Amino acid sequence: MTAIIVTPKPAAAKEVAKDASMVKQKEMMAGHYDRLTNAPQSGEKVAATFVPGNLNELIMCFGLVNNLPEVNAIQNGLRRTSGAYVLEAEKIGHSEDVCTYVKSDIGMMAKGNVAPNGKKFPNPDVLLLSYTGCFTFMKWFELLREQYKCETIMLHTPYMGDGKITPNMVEYMVKQLREEVIPKLERVSGVKFDIDRLRENLKKSVKAEEDLVWVLQSAKHKPSPIDAYFGGIYYIGPIFGAFRGTDDAIEYYKFLREEVADRLAHGQGPVTPDGDMAGEKYRLVVEGPPNYTNFRQFWKMFYDEGAVVVASSYTKVGGVYDFGFRHNPDKPLETLAEYCLGVYTNRSLPMRIDMLSCYVNDYEADGLLINSIKSCNSFSAGQLLIMREVEKRTGKPAAFVESDLVDPRYFSAANIKNRLESYFQMIEQKRAGAQAAA
Amino acid sequence: MDASLKSSATAPIVAHAQALFEDLSFTAAREWKAAQPGRKVIGYMPLYVPREIIHAANMLPLGILGGGDQLEVIHGDAYYQSYICRIPRSTVELGVSGRLDFVDGMLFPSICDVIRNLSGMWKMMFPHVYVRYFDVPQNYRDEIGGTYYVNELAELRHDLAGLRGQPITDDELRRSIALYNENRRLVNELYAFRAERPWLAPAAEVYLVLRAGLVLPVEEHSTMLRGYLDAAKAEDRPRRDNCRIVLTGAFCEQPPLNLIKSLELAGCYVVDDDLLLVTRWLTGDVATDGDPLRNLATAFLHQSQSTAAKYEPNEKEKGQHLVRAVARSAAEGVIFAAPSFCDPALLDRPMLQHVLKDAGIPFIAFKYAENSGQMQPIREQAGTFADSIKLWSGA
Repeated sequence: MTAIIVTPKPAAAKEVAKDASMVKQKEMMAGHYDRLTNAPQSGEKVAATFVPGNLNELIMCFGLVNNLPEVNAIQNGLRRTSGAYVLEAEKIGHSEDVCTYVKSDIGMMAKGNVAPNGKKFPNPDVLLLSYTGCFTFMKWFELLREQYKCETIMLHTPYMGDGKITPNMVEYMVKQLREEVIPKLERVSGVKFDIDRLRENLKKSVKAEEDLVWVLQSAKHKPSPIDAYFGGIYYIGPIFGAFRGTDDAIEYYKFLREEVADRLAHGQGPVTPDGDMAGEKYRLVVEGPPNYTNFRQFWKMFYDEGAVVVASSYTKVGGVYDFGFRHNPDKPLETLAEYCLGVYTNRSLPMRIDMLSCYVNDYEADGLLINSIKSCNSFSAGQLLIMREVEKRTGKPAAFVESDLVDPRYFSAANIKNRLESYFQMIEQKRAGAQAAA
Repeated sequence: MDASLKSSATAPIVAHAQALFEDLSFTAAREWKAAQPGRKVIGYMPLYVPREIIHAANMLPLGILGGGDQLEVIHGDAYYQSYICRIPRSTVELGVSGRLDFVDGMLFPSICDVIRNLSGMWKMMFPHVYVRYFDVPQNYRDEIGGTYYVNELAELRHDLAGLRGQPITDDELRRSIALYNENRRLVNELYAFRAERPWLAPAAEVYLVLRAGLVLPVEEHSTMLRGYLDAAKAEDRPRRDNCRIVLTGAFCEQPPLNLIKSLELAGCYVVDDDLLLVTRWLTGDVATDGDPLRNLATAFLHQSQSTAAKYEPNEKEKGQHLVRAVARSAAEGVIFAAPSFCDPALLDRPMLQHVLKDAGIPFIAFKYAENSGQMQPIREQAGTFADSIKLWSGA
C-alpha cells in the first residue's frame, strides 16, 4: 500500500507594502547586479570600492562598473545567506571578533561568489581602496587582493580628528587622486581621464543630492512622511551605490521627492512593509547601522509601537549632505576629497555628537536610540559617551540596543523588543513629567 | 621583586624597570615634571608617535598602554560595550581616576577605529588637556604622503611650542633626533643580543627594560639599556632546551607580564616580537642634518616597521617582514598573540598565516586581554607547540 503524505500548503505570505519609489529602487539595484554579473560578456571592467568615500563620478569616467562589497553583504543579510558565509569565513581562519561584512564577503567568495541575481560575480579588475572612516577597509581589500591578485589603489582619507578639514588634508588627497588614483585607473581601464566628463558627472550628483536632502528633511514635518532609517536605507541606495552622478539617480530622486511631497500633502506617515503607518507616537533619532538579517522584524518593533525614525546617522555614512555639502563641479578633485573627508564615520566623536544633538532638536525628536553593532568599531566605540552627551545636551532620553550587521547570531529579538518597550515607556514618563511641570 | 632576580647582575635594573611598570600613578613622570617649573608631560598611545618632537620641546613623552592586569576597571566599563577591547576602557579608567591628572597632552596615533574614537572622547572628557589624533600617511611617496606628513609634524611642533610658550628650534629637534637614534640603536642591540643568546635576556626582562623607556626620559633610558646589556652579557644563566619563536600581534594592548613569562616557561624563547614598537618603529637612524621634520618623515616613509596598522602597497611584500624576522632571529616558529577584539591584529592574521604557511614556518594563535589571569591554557598551547617543533622540525 502506498502511503500518501499530504503536505499542507503554507499560508500565503502577506504581501509586503512598498511605495513606488521602493519598487523603482529595487529595479535599479537589480539592473545594476545584472550589469555587474554580465561584465565578462559585455567586456565592461569592474572596480570594487566602498560606500564611504565612494568615488562613483570618477569611476564612471573610466567606464568601470562599481561593485560595493558592503552592499553585497547587506544583500546577503537581507536574503539570510550571510550567516552561512560568516561561518564559512570563520572556518577558514577569520576571527569571530572581526567585521561581519568582511566575513560575509570572504565566505561568499569561498562558496562561489554568487550575486543576488543567482549569477556569479565577476572578479574585480581593480580594488579602489578608498580608506575613509573605517580601519577595516584597509584590511578588507588587502584580503581581497590576496584572492584576486588585481591592481589595488589606496586613497587615504585623513581623519577629521580636530573637527575640521585642513588645506593639508585636501592637498594630500588631491595629490593622491592626481598622481596615484587617476593614472592607475587609466592603466586598468585603458581609458584616458577626461576632467570635463568628471565635471558633468558631478553636476548630476548635485541635482540628486538636492532632492535627497529635501526628502530627508521632510521628516521635520509632523507626522513625518518618511522613516529616515528603515525607509531611509532604500532612499540612500542609489546615491551611495553605483548611481551617484547618473541621470538615473536624478530621475530616481526627483520621483522620490514627488512621492514624498504627495504623502506630505495628504498628511500621510511613512510606508512600512505592513502598509501606511498611522498614528505617529514617537519620533526618534537613530545612531548606528541596522541589523540586516532581521531587518523587517526590527523595523516592525518600531512601527507597531507608532515609532518613526525622523533622522539617522547611518543614512549619512556614504555622504553628509544635509549640512550644506554638495559636490562642486568647478573644483572636481577638491570636491571629491572634501566629500570623502566629510562622511559620517570620518567625523570626530564631538562632531558626531553635535550632529545627533542637532537632529534631536531640529526634528523635534523624543530622543536618541543607538543600535550598537557588535562588529563595527568605527561606529560603536564611543557610543555610550555619545548617548550620555546627547541626552545631556537635548534633555531627551536616550536608549541603547545591540545587534550586528549581518551575523544572525547577534540578533536577539526578545531582548531588543524589551528594551524598546522600556524606552517608549520612558519617553511617555518624560512627556507626562513635562506636561505636569507646564 | 621576582625572587629569581635577587642574586643576578641584572636584578637591580630589572627591579627598577618592574617598579616603573607596576606604578600606575606614574610617580617617576610626576617627579620629572615637578623637578622644574614649566615642564610638561605628553601622553601617547600605541603605535607610534615621533617622540623626538615632544622631547625637543623639553617635554616628557609618556607611553600610555592601558592599565594591565593590576588595575581594577570600574568607570571605564561604563564607556564601552563588552565587544570592544580592553585597552580603551582601562585607559579611560586611568583618566577618570585621576592617575593622569598631571598629563598636559595626549596623542592618539592612527592605529584603529577604537583608539581613533577615543581621541574624540578624550577631548570631551578632559577639555583642559591638549588632545591630538595623530594621523600618519598611508601613501609612502615623498612628494605625496611625505609632504602631508611633514605638514602634520609641523602642526604638532607648532602646538607643542604653543604649550611651552616658545618655538621649538631645528637644533633642538636635531639634538632630540640624535638621542633617539642612540636609544634605538641600543634597543636594536638588545634585540640582537636576545636573538643570539635568549637564555641570557629573558623575554620578560627585555620587555620590562623596554617598557621603562615609555616612562623615563630618553637619556635615562639609554643609560638603563646600556647597563642591562652589560649586566646581561655577564650573567651566567643556564641554557634551556627551548625552541625559538617570534611573538606577533601584541603591538597595542599589552599581554600580561605573566603571559610573556609563561611562554618561556612553556619552552619557547621569544627571539623577536612586536611589543612596544614605538621603541624601534624606525629601523634606521634619522638624519641629523638638514630639515629635521623632513628627515623624520623620510624615516617614517622608508625606514619603518611593517605592521597591521600600515597599508602594504606591494602584495608580494605582505607578511614578508615576519618571514624575515624569523630568518634574522633564527626562529623556529611564530606565535600569534592578539588581544581580543583587536581589528588590526585579527584581520591581518589570516594573511600573515598564509605567508608563513607558504614559507613552511609553523605557527599557533591565541587571544588574550591585558588582564587575562589564566595562563594554564596558554602554557599548554605554547608547550605543545614547542614540543611539536622539537619533534618534527627537520623531519
